[in-house]
Amino acid sequence: MSKLWNNYRYLILRRFTQIGILILFFGANAWGWKILEGNLSSSELFGIVPMSDPYAVLQMVAAGAVVASDLLIGVAVVALFYFLIGGRAFCSWVCPINMVTDSANYLRRVFDIDRAQITKQPITRNVRYWILGISLIVSAFMGIAAFEFVSPISMMHRGLVFGMGFGWAAIGMIFLFDLFVLKNGWCGHICPLGGFYSLLGKFSFIRVHHLEENCTLCMKCKVVCPEKQVLHMIGKESLPVLSGECTNCARCIEVCDDDALRFSIRDFIQNKKMGE
Amino acid sequence: MKKEALSDRRKFILNMARGVGYAAIGGFLWSAYLDDAKASPLILRPPAAIKEEDFLKTCIKCGLCVEACPYDTLMLAKPGDHRPIGTPYFIPRDIPCYMCEDIPCVPVCPSGALDESSVTVNGHLDINTADMGLAVIDENSCIAFWGIQCDACYRACPILGQAITVEYSKNERTGKHAFLKPVVHADACTGCGMCEHACVTEKPAIFILPREVAMGKAGSHYIKGWDKKDESRLKDAHAIHTTTNVSKRKAVDKLNSGLEGLLDE
Ligand code: SF4
Ligand code: SF4
Ligand code: SF4
Ligand code: SF4
Repeated sequence: MSKLWNNYRYLILRRFTQIGILILFFGANAWGWKILEGNLSSSELFGIVPMSDPYAVLQMVAAGAVVASDLLIGVAVVALFYFLIGGRAFCSWVCPINMVTDSANYLRRVFDIDRAQITKQPITRNVRYWILGISLIVSAFMGIAAFEFVSPISMMHRGLVFGMGFGWAAIGMIFLFDLFVLKNGWCGHICPLGGFYSLLGKFSFIRVHHLEENCTLCMKCKVVCPEKQVLHMIGKESLPVLSGECTNCARCIEVCDDDALRFSIRDFIQNKKMGE
Repeated sequence: MKKEALSDRRKFILNMARGVGYAAIGGFLWSAYLDDAKASPLILRPPAAIKEEDFLKTCIKCGLCVEACPYDTLMLAKPGDHRPIGTPYFIPRDIPCYMCEDIPCVPVCPSGALDESSVTVNGHLDINTADMGLAVIDENSCIAFWGIQCDACYRACPILGQAITVEYSKNERTGKHAFLKPVVHADACTGCGMCEHACVTEKPAIFILPREVAMGKAGSHYIKGWDKKDESRLKDAHAIHTTTNVSKRKAVDKLNSGLEGLLDE
């Protein structure tokens, strides 16, 4: 039992927050709860604290909208939180699509699809930054928040709170894409929101640290990591994971049986010494 | 000719160029889709919604207005609803806007897509100034226009007597009955859709359209001489001066020219 907890504690906590947040939003719409109203685009905590998706507002600004001060405060709250905590913590602890892509990834391992597709990944992980840029350009040209109109993240989240419609189709597509076409396809390559949070969380404080002296080179961490390029130091150097692309999902920490990975607060001075 | 290996710099530039190419194609396709997605003119928005074009930019699709509405009038468009995904709308035939006095849907909007000031009069919210759309009557299917008595829409209207009035006229066919025809007044109608909801015909004979769709525009060429205020529309009018070769000369010169020959004879 304790082994189970040890190996899955962060996964359990993550699912707990992800689903908990969904239930709170759902309850606000269905039963009038006043805890977390709205949805991931913009919401209110206890009817007081505004929270807004900074990337959505960025697109609105590009589209030429006059942004209300309520939204700007909401953006500040969210941006500051992820700036300090680690941008892509959103991805692994909040975003509902994460559950879809994680399960596709899990099935990939079960069916050994990874090994069947040994060819090099056909597209680069930088595509997300291109899409991020294009979304802002298209927003400016079309006068609407471009990604918000097609975002499967909002579609799924809104769908779970307000009713799904054909939203299942978009989610199904992502699932199949990640399962059969491209490993970590959506979250690791395409999603511009993930890209946005990667940039935002570049300097955040909560980091995964690697202790080289404990590492037995089993590489379990690299198997589970959805962004394994960030773990380039495994078995080589005792370094913190500094890339903003790390989602702080902590799967690496819990699969590591040798205690070579752990969370800690980023120490800027020490990092300097290690040649950041 | 010997082929030289591509330098790293050259490779980088070529890769960049390819990236830009893909990006441009993607951007075009994306824009085309968006253009299609936002071109649906028949959507009714919540009270106090700003101009559709600005609304699409401004609404962050949070659904706070939807949650605030006690009658479940408002919905967020889902994929498959044929409306810009995520934006709030309502279908009056199903659930109209009941014109809450305190308009709970409006102040909660964080983005300004619903503009509280547009429904505020002397510091108080006044739902009667809302402008969700305009009721339009199809006189062919409205049974009151057939001579059958019906005032369902008139009774249902929250601004009874102002937004809809009943016009009496003689029914020449029977000679002894009256027509009681409903008439919608654009200046008072809020577009709440209570009339459409109440209409007794199979498909409603009175229905709400967005104002830009429902209304025409006379322009400033026609002025109601009997209405002092109507002249104010003239401020939009502007004179058009066209200069052609003929109009450059005075009319008299034009008439006289060409007569020279005649006088000579
Ligand atoms: S990458 Fe995008 S879809 Fe994936 S978890 Fe992050 S925000 Fe969600
Ligand atoms: S490095 Fe660890 S915490 Fe970061 S994404 Fe990979 S598995 Fe998750
Ligand atoms: S005025 Fe009332 S009934 Fe109408 S949309 Fe707003 S909350 Fe709903
Ligand atoms: S509350 Fe405002 S921003 Fe939110 S869905 Fe309604 S109109 Fe859009």
